[in-house]
Amino acid sequence: MNLRRDVFQAIADPTRRAILLLVASQAMTAGAIAANFDTARPTVSKHLQILTECELLQQTQTGREIHYQINAQKMKDVADFIEPFRAMWEERFTKLETIMNQYKPDR
Amino acid sequence: MERKTTIQAETGKQDLRITREFDLPVELLFKAYTEPDLVAQWMETNVLKLENKNHGSWQFETTNAQNEVVFRANGVIHAVIPNRKITRTFEMESAPASAIRFDVQLEFLEFESLTATTSRLIIHQVYRSVASRNRMMQLPFAQGLNIAHNRLQAIINQVN
Repeated sequence: MNLRRDVFQAIADPTRRAILLLVASQAMTAGAIAANFDTARPTVSKHLQILTECELLQQTQTGREIHYQINAQKMKDVADFIEPFRAMWEERFTKLETIMNQYKPDR
Repeated sequence: MERKTTIQAETGKQDLRITREFDLPVELLFKAYTEPDLVAQWMETNVLKLENKNHGSWQFETTNAQNEVVFRANGVIHAVIPNRKITRTFEMESAPASAIRFDVQLEFLEFESLTATTSRLIIHQVYRSVASRNRMMQLPFAQGLNIAHNRLQAIINQVN
């Protein structure tokens, strides 16, 4: 199954929302972020990966360290709620297109 | 991530535009909006009524696995120009338990032929107020979470 990594799905998870709140004020390393949670480090890494893939987080390299910071523009999209609305129409229209491509008139 | 569908919703305005290009001739795209069987398939709803004519009306109803009505919407079809345009209203009927009311909205659906095999649909929705437009846009956020749970439940039911 191909898991859709969209913003909508990303913010549906409470841990990921907590991560976003955490890095909202300052850029942090994965280790510093993980220290705030009881969950295992690989689990936090997975959450960071998903948030980065859907562009809610941005990575910046400082020497050997990678810091995560919030992508303000993308967060604004979420705040405006346009993305879930768009995603709903996208899904609906994709379905329409698939059905109509298979459509064969009876007559 | 595919971004075929675009939403234009300016801050402080009470309308919005949904635009999407399809790999379909315009005749097939139009048919998807006017053939009750096809509407039922892609909208995943029961089409109780769909009169594609000037001064016609429509009504859709969606039920869950327990056959309970979870969504019902209706409106009037103001005007139809085949393969070109549908002007209609859309009103969501509130669930009995819900305190939220949604005002009727006006929709202009414009179908454009791009090539012999591609087409474009522009849906221009006009709401009663800026607040009601914004509330409608926020709705999928709550709905999406429900859908995710329902899908999970459906998968679990299959496994059991």
